[in-house]
This record gives sequence, C-alpha cells and structure tokens, in this order.
Amino acid sequence: MTIGPIGFAAPWLLVALALLPILWLILRAVPPAPVRRLFPGVALLIGLKDDDSVTDRTPWWLMLLRMLAVAAVIIGLAGPVLNPEDKNQARGDTPLLIVLDGSWASARDWTAQRDLLGDMLSEAGRESRPVAILRLTSPEALQFQSAEAWRSRLSGLGPDAWEPSPTSLDLAAALLGDDRFETRWFSDGLARDGRKVLLEALQDRGTVSVYESPRATIALTPATLVEGNLQITAIRVTAGGARDIQVAATGRDPSGVPRILAVLPLTFEAGQTEATEMLSLPPELRARLTQFQIVGQDHAGAVTLSDDTLKRREVALIAGREDREGLELLSPLHYLEQALIPTADLLGGGLTDILPANPDAIVLADVATLADGETAQMLEWIQRGGVLLRFAGPRLAASDVSRTEEDALMPVRLRAGGRSVGGAMSWGEPKELAPFSETSPFFGLSIPPDVTVSAQVMAQPDPTLADRVVAQLTDGTPLVTRKRIGQGQVVLFHVTANAEWSTLPLSGLFVQMLERLAVSAATTLPTAEDLAGTTWQPIKTVSADGSLRDAGNLPGVAGERLIDDPLGPELQPGLYEGPERSIARNVISAETTLTSVTWPADVPVTGLIRPAQQPLGGWLLALALIFLSVDVLASLALSGRLLPARAAMILAAVLLLPQEAQAQDDKIRAATSEVVLAHVITGDAQIDDTAQAGLFGLTQTMFFRTSVEPADPVGVNLETDELAVFPMIYWPITPDQPIPSDVAYAKLNSYLRAGGMILFDTRDANVSGFGAASPNGAKLQQLAAPLDIPPLEPMPDDHVLTRTFYLLQDFPGRHSGRNVWVEAAPPDAEQIEGMPFRNLNDGVTPVVIGGNDWMSAWAMDARGNPLFPVGRGFAGERQRELAYRFGVNLVMHVLTGNYKSDQVHVPALLNRLGQ
Amino acid sequence: MIQPLPLRARAEHEAAWLPPLLARAEHLAGAVLLGEHGRRRSGLGDDFWQYRPVQPGDSRRWIDHRRSAKSDTQFVKQREWQIAQSVMLWVDNAASMRFASDKTLPEKADRARLLAMSIAILLNRAGERVGLTGTALPPRRGEAQITRIADTLMNEDSDDYGSPDMRGMPSHGRAIFLSDFMGDIAPVQTALTSAADRGVNGVLMQILDPAEEAFPYRGRTIFQSMGGTLAHETLKASDLRDRYLERLAERKAELAQLCALTGWRYHCHHSSDSAQAALLWLYRAIEGGVDA
Repeated sequence: MTIGPIGFAAPWLLVALALLPILWLILRAVPPAPVRRLFPGVALLIGLKDDDSVTDRTPWWLMLLRMLAVAAVIIGLAGPVLNPEDKNQARGDTPLLIVLDGSWASARDWTAQRDLLGDMLSEAGRESRPVAILRLTSPEALQFQSAEAWRSRLSGLGPDAWEPSPTSLDLAAALLGDDRFETRWFSDGLARDGRKVLLEALQDRGTVSVYESPRATIALTPATLVEGNLQITAIRVTAGGARDIQVAATGRDPSGVPRILAVLPLTFEAGQTEATEMLSLPPELRARLTQFQIVGQDHAGAVTLSDDTLKRREVALIAGREDREGLELLSPLHYLEQALIPTADLLGGGLTDILPANPDAIVLADVATLADGETAQMLEWIQRGGVLLRFAGPRLAASDVSRTEEDALMPVRLRAGGRSVGGAMSWGEPKELAPFSETSPFFGLSIPPDVTVSAQVMAQPDPTLADRVVAQLTDGTPLVTRKRIGQGQVVLFHVTANAEWSTLPLSGLFVQMLERLAVSAATTLPTAEDLAGTTWQPIKTVSADGSLRDAGNLPGVAGERLIDDPLGPELQPGLYEGPERSIARNVISAETTLTSVTWPADVPVTGLIRPAQQPLGGWLLALALIFLSVDVLASLALSGRLLPARAAMILAAVLLLPQEAQAQDDKIRAATSEVVLAHVITGDAQIDDTAQAGLFGLTQTMFFRTSVEPADPVGVNLETDELAVFPMIYWPITPDQPIPSDVAYAKLNSYLRAGGMILFDTRDANVSGFGAASPNGAKLQQLAAPLDIPPLEPMPDDHVLTRTFYLLQDFPGRHSGRNVWVEAAPPDAEQIEGMPFRNLNDGVTPVVIGGNDWMSAWAMDARGNPLFPVGRGFAGERQRELAYRFGVNLVMHVLTGNYKSDQVHVPALLNRLGQ
Repeated sequence: MIQPLPLRARAEHEAAWLPPLLARAEHLAGAVLLGEHGRRRSGLGDDFWQYRPVQPGDSRRWIDHRRSAKSDTQFVKQREWQIAQSVMLWVDNAASMRFASDKTLPEKADRARLLAMSIAILLNRAGERVGLTGTALPPRRGEAQITRIADTLMNEDSDDYGSPDMRGMPSHGRAIFLSDFMGDIAPVQTALTSAADRGVNGVLMQILDPAEEAFPYRGRTIFQSMGGTLAHETLKASDLRDRYLERLAERKAELAQLCALTGWRYHCHHSSDSAQAALLWLYRAIEGGVDA
C-alpha cells in the first residue's frame, strides 16, 4: 500500500489506528493514580461527595500527546518506507535484462547509473531473478546469471568512449534469444540509428522501461584553425535556455607539465544548440595545445584532442643566391614564401643557427654544397623526422654535387648540366607534368595544363631511381624525387623555386604539393584515400570519462579506416601517429549533431536518481519514545511532582556532557605549561602501556639527574591531538598500526618543520638490522613516506647527540643495535682545528630512527622498578644506564638545540678574549 | 515502662529545642513594649506609688521609717495596686498541628508554641501568673515557670486533633487557646461554656496553614490526616475546593460566634503571616480582657 511517497510493509496494522478514539475514551475514563496527601483539613472534608464520578480529566494536550505516541507506534510498526521501490513492475521469476548504452554520453552519469544498477541488482538478488547485462557498445549473447555475479563485475561495466554503432545495435537485437524477460534500458539520451529496431525486439520479449538522465549533454567539436585563431564550437543536445560554459585549452608548459593554458567562455544562446567562440593565442602557445575540454563535463564528448592540424609548421628557407637584391620576383624564395606564409611560420638565417631551432622543414633553394659539419647536423635532423626540401637551380646544376656518388642530402645522382627544353635556344616544347602515380604522395592532385617545365636538372639512371620519383614529366624524366632517411626525408624538385625554369611555382599545384609533402601545415584532414596503405599507431586514447590514457600496445589502425570509420573498440578515440603527422580522432567530429532520443509513449522513462528507499519505522518508534518521555515529564508536572531539582537532574542526564573531549583538552592544556614527553598511541594496548611506562622512566630519570623536570608523559592521538606542545614524540612502530590520515600527516609535517622531533623505534634490532627487512621496518617506511624528512645518515661519532649531556658512543635500548639514523650532516661540515667534532647542521634533527626498543629499557613502574629485564647481570644494568643516558641526551638535544655544538667555537672565542 | 536511657536521650533532644524556642520567644517578646500595667491606684504591688501620711487605722508596720525620719510626720509608703492574674495557656499539641504545606513555612505547632512562649514571657514580665491548662503546670510566676512551660510545650500528642483541657483552670482567670480547631468542635464548645461558667474569659487563636485556607489541590487525591486516622479520597480535588472553603468559613464563624457568646475573643492567624502581629494582637487582647 502506498500513500503519497510512503509505502507500508504491513498496511493492515494501520487498522489499529481506528482504535485510537476508543483508547482516547478509555484513557479519559481511567482515573490517574491518586496522590496521597497529608492534610489536617481532612476533617472538614469528611462527608463531601464528588460531584460526578468522572475523575479530573487529563488535559487534552496530554491526551493528544499520548495518542500521538500510540499512533506513532502503530504507524511505525506498519513498516512505512519512504520512496518504496515500485512493486508494480513485472516481478517474480521473469529474468531481468539490463541494457546499457555505455557510450561516452553515459560517462557523465555513470556514477548514478552504477548506483542505480547496484540497487537493481541487489533487489533482483533478493528476488532471485536471473540478470543479464547487455552493453550495446560491445554486444554479446545474453548470459542470465545471478545478480551477485553481476554485482561483482559492476565496476567493469563502465561506459566506453565510443557510441554503439548501428551494426552493433542490430547485432544486439539479433542476440536477444527467444526467452521472455523484463528490460531496463540505461539510455544516454542520444538518438541513433537502430535504436528503434532494438526497442521493438526488446518489447517483443517483455516490458521495457528506460532510465535516462535528464541532464543535457554538451559536447565539444574539434577546434579548427581560422585565420590564425582557434575556432571552438560546443554543441548540445537540446536547445534549452541560455547557458554559459567554459572550455579549457590544455597544453604543456615550457617544462613539459600539462597545464591549462587558456580558458575560453562560451555561451549557448537560448534556443541555440551551438556555441562558437574564437580563441586567439600566440602561435607558440597554440603549438603546445594538446586538448580542449569543457570544464565540468567529464565525458569523452567534452574532450577534443588537437593534432597537427592546429600546428603551424616551422619552415626554414635558405637560398644559395642572395646577391640579386631588388629583383623580388626572381628571388629563389619569393614563391615559396608566398605559398607558405598563410600556413607556416618561416625562419630565416644561417643553417647552423636554424638547425638547433629544430624546424619542421628546411628548404634549400639552389644550394649546392654544405659544409661537412652542416651536413652531419642536417643528416641527424632528418633522421629525427625533418623534411629537407631542395630546389635545383643554376648553381646546383653547375656543381659536382651528387655527380658520381649520391650525396647524402640528395635523393638521386644528377647529370652534369641539366637540360633545357622549349627555350629560345632549344628545340622542342616545354614539357608538361605526367599524371601522378598511385604511390606518389601527390596522387590525386589535378595538374593544371599551364604548368610547363622548360629547364631542369636530370637524374642519373639508377636502380633505385624508379622508387624515388614522385613526380615526372610527360617524357618520363623525374621532376620530383624523394629519399627517406630515418624518420625524415629529402625531396628534390628538379626545377627552381622561382619561375625561371618552370611555371610550377606560379600554379596552385605548387602549394598543394608543398602541403602533401607536409612542408606546409595541412589545415584539412586528409581523406581516407590519402591514407590508404599507411598504418597509424595510437599514442593516446580518450577514455569514456574524458581522461587521456596511454594507448599502450593497442594495435595500429589502417590509414583508410582512420578517418571515416566509426569509432569502436578497434578504433578508439585518441591521437594517432602516422608517417609524417599525427591525427586525432575525436569522439565528436565537426559534422556531429546531437539529437535527443524520443522514446515511444508506451515506454516509461525515469531519471537515474531513484530516491533511496528509506524505512521510517525506526524514526517513528523513536518519535513515540520521545512523546512518551515528554508525557512522563508532563504528567509529573501536572501532579506537582516535577520539582525543579528533579527536572534539572533529568535534563542533566539527557544532556550528558562528553567527558572524554574535556579530558583530552585538559591533557593538552597541561602540556602547555610543562615539559611533557609524548608517545604515539598505536592502538596496541601493551605497546602503548610500555611506551607510557618508558617515557615515565625517562621522565623520572630526567627529573633526578638534570634540571629538566618534565611532567608525566602522555599518549597522543595523531588524528585529534595538537602536537605542537610536545618537544619530542616517541613513535613505536607496530606492523598493524593504522596509517594516519592526510590531516594528521599535515600536522606531523608542520610539527617537524616547527622544530619538533620524532623518535621512531622499530623495536626489532634484536632480530634484524635497520631497513625494510622486518615487518616493522616496512611499516616504518610506509608510515614515514608522506613525512617531510630530510636525508638521513647513521649517527656519526661526532654528532651532537653524543654529547648533549653525557658523552656517549653507543645508544642501546633493550637491544643494542648500532644503527641510529639522524638527519645527515651537510656536505660542507668540517672539523675545526683542535676540536674533536665538526660544526654540524645548525638545527635539531627532526627524526631519530632506530630499533633498540628504548621504551622497554626505560620502562619503570611508579616505584621506580624497571619493568623489563635488559641484558644480563651488571652488563645489563650498564646497558639500561646507557639507555637512560641516551634518553637524557635526546631530550637535552631537543630542548637545547645545537647549543653543545657551539663549543666548536670555543677556540675562536678564547682567541678573541686574548688568551 | 520507659527506659531511662531513651528517655534521657529524648530529653536531651527535646531540651535542645528549648533554648532556641526560648530565645526566639524572648526575642519576639522584647519587641513588644510593655504597656501600662499598674492599676494607677495604690494597692498591692511591687512598684512604688506614693507616700501618704499615716492615717488612723494604718498598721504601724506599714510606716515607712526611712521616709518618716526625714520629717515629723509619719508616712506610709504605698505601692501601686497590682493584681496578678492567672493566665492559663492551652497549646494544641495534636498531630494536626504538625503540618506545614511548604518547607519555607513553619509548622502550625511551631508557631503556636512560639506565640505561647512569647505571651508567657510577656505576661510573666507583667507580673501575671502563667500556667498551662491541665494539671501539670498550675499558674506561677518567675523565670523557672517559663522554663517549665517551654519544657512542657515540647510534648507532642499523637492524637489527630486536640481538645482543650479545662482542668486546673482557676475561676476568674484568663485563658489563651492556641489551636487550629480543625477537629470536633464539641469539646471546644464544652470548654468555652464551662470557662464562661467559671468566669474565665480569654482568647481563642486559630492557627491555620495557608494551604488550609487556599486548598490548592487538584486531581485524584487521597487526603489523610496527620495521624493517619482519617482519610478521604476524591477523584477531583479541585471540585471540593469551594465546599471545603465553605465548611472552613462555617467553622470560623462557629468559633467566632462561640466566642461572642462566652465573652472570649477570636482571632485567626496564618502560619505564613508575621508572628509578631499575632503576638501583638494576643497581648492586646489579653490586656484588654484584663482591663475589661
């Protein structure tokens, strides 16, 4: 039964509410217990009769209180449940199929989905319904299993960074089988082909309900470069009211750390599904951008990776002839500059200056020879992926470069002189370009008919020549040749870069060829045909929640599939690296439009937030108890028996003050006015008691032997206690003590920085040396890892700790391991003439680490008797004495700092005094 | 048979009460200025009244030789005529008097004793003879009598309600009855009429607790007398209030009328009121009665 949002487990109990009026009458009829009063005037009362037999009425509000209490009990026992799970859905042994869209658009709500899914699974588990889960991104044949089996796999069912493709939807529809089941579909709210077919298939097999977040999905399309600015466009599913979002552009800062380099606000106007803004960044910053993300949207659709399309390439132009000043149009670089300026950053200067700048491409226009050093550097640069583009010219034609031997920086050997065709002094027509072959990078470019070549350098026929030709003239002579060196390449245009030898630089083809050679940035994505035959290796992949992940050993992707294939397990969104460039496959492409799915009217659609089912019975019973206790007070008050003192007592009992916190405060407060040693409470009662007794023993020893008169030691709880008041904290290590929280570590670190000292004691020097070999040592490493501890060294013989009060060379506790570690001395510490010790670090070591179980050696009962035996006989007592001396030295060291160390200056002081 | 030791202990305990009671009573009495006690004519008395010349018929023993030696005539020293009245006190010591509705209020018995002692001290100073009704303490003068009265007043009776005891009441004496008069009124009537017959007149002071006047009780209640012999249960105490107050008023009226008939004076005193006012009234009433 359900009333509003409240359902009842045992609704028939509510019938008892009908008894309330009867109870009212009965309660009124039954007189309250009589009060006995001594009253001398009773003699006058004798014989007086009560007017009516009805007793003095209980006040109506008291009655009401009691009625409410009874009603609360009745309703509470009826098992009220707030937001009860709808019991009307198909129940019983119908198997349950849960369909997950599991796309990037689900990622934002995956937490809610997972919680809801967990609820559903535990519910199904209670009802022993078999459950199958179908992920549309990777459909598999349905496996109806127990809900518990699915529950354990729940965290592995997270969404993928891609969408279910129509084919996978069809596949899913085909995999459903013939059994009947109830379907719950966790939708991501985006329309896509094939949904309808699957829905119909599901409806054939049982009821379908849809769970869908009402939150609008916002996605980011890839940024494009428009006139040197980045155009960033966000799209959303439904055109709602105006909404402001922010897009963060992330890139690497100069030290290589990813940072947000710019934040761009975007505004969706009301009724618009698209928001566009331009982001203007200096080219230097822009080149570093790696990704864009809508702030606060954690899904893959809100992330776009930037690839080379955003990068302007740096091209260095070097010409061999710079002597013809003023003749711009004849400059060998003029046409190159014109072609490259819109898409690339041009560098000029000497080759040795340019190479360290690591340009993407270097153009050598009619440069014949390079110095040997330059050649080596150039080769190395090409090996790393540089593109060397060379143009021929009179100088190259006249030189002996690559004449008999193939030059390292030339793709082919050249014949002497070159040739000239179609000129005034030659026979024949200027030659035209032959169509590009399929293996040529220029394949597919259309050749304008007016491109003619009238002069060129000629390649020597070689066995490798055919492979290296990427463009040729109609007569078969090579026009452009290419040689790969390492990751880079050398490309030779057999003509000049100006219009002297051909009209090629005047044509649009020239620009396109430069683009194809990746000399200038390709502002558009290559087509699938361009990439045919290449293999692209994923570098980074985008996971469904928008985070980047190393692609690891994901297999490479064939180029023809890279651009147009839908994303899926084989083609994950991310950054792919190919021969010359990198290409990002983003979840959202420029063409993507987001449409919200419309479900048929007969499919119930619910949000993901199902109000948690909350039993109210306990609260109501508690309420009844409260009512009854108020009733007790009120009844007492009415009968005049609620004395103020009694009321105060009851109140005091109710509002019992927490005594412990008070005690804790007192402890700390006491420590502010005295020197108090402290030990860390480990949770092991025996260790804690021993530590307390040990510090008590040390305290007593200090008291008797030195002018330091500490108060009784205390145990500190690292989580709750203030540490700053303790000069030294003793921390015995047990393998199973809890790791302090981050807050406690922050406190410990500030304690250490402010001059506190922690004495770590692994208490295992008898069985192991210091280190991670023992469980205590491993625990110590674990405990101390977050602490701000300086470099350590074993205590040197001349450490100040050896002489702060007693002169010591050993620091035994109950064990006598040698190694006690303290802060390392600075490397420049030096021994001063005439003094037996160095001028060591100027501070107190913040930690002392050892394993000698000092606390057991120190431990002393209230009468001063040692609690634990140390060693044997007199030697043992000597060892205990040394342990006490170490403790005294330690406390002295903490309290007096490096004062003893200052004795190193004694000779200087004496000298100054003139002695 | 009363064991000596408990008796001694009880006596010690009771005696411990005496000094405070006496002290309080002395204190209270000290606040009352003694008025004119003498009869303003010569007669038997302690105070000097006048010297007059010896007249024939005067006994020679009356001659005051000290005065006569100063002159030739012989003088007789006359003293003021003072009549020592016998004032008998009856202080109700029944259980009903040991009631106080609030911790801050004295028990009625306590107030009654205080008033009785105070008036006894005052009367003693005035030269009257004070005693307690009954046979225990016949009227006498002197400090010892005060102590004896205080001693006797500490006795408590276990009866629920007390009745006046007219034994040992000298004729033409005075009497002071201090009680709450909550019990049966017949003994009081008898006592007063017999007193009137013997020419005794006096004062009836009714001492009531404020709760007895206000009856501030509600709800189902069993009222018990202090001794526990009487009980009355009601379901609704607040309903009884009016009728109780009516009966109380009747009782007061009855007492007042009884007094009017017998020439006594009646006063109602509440234990919440000042004891001094009551003492003043009491003193005036006795004095007036003597004058009358």
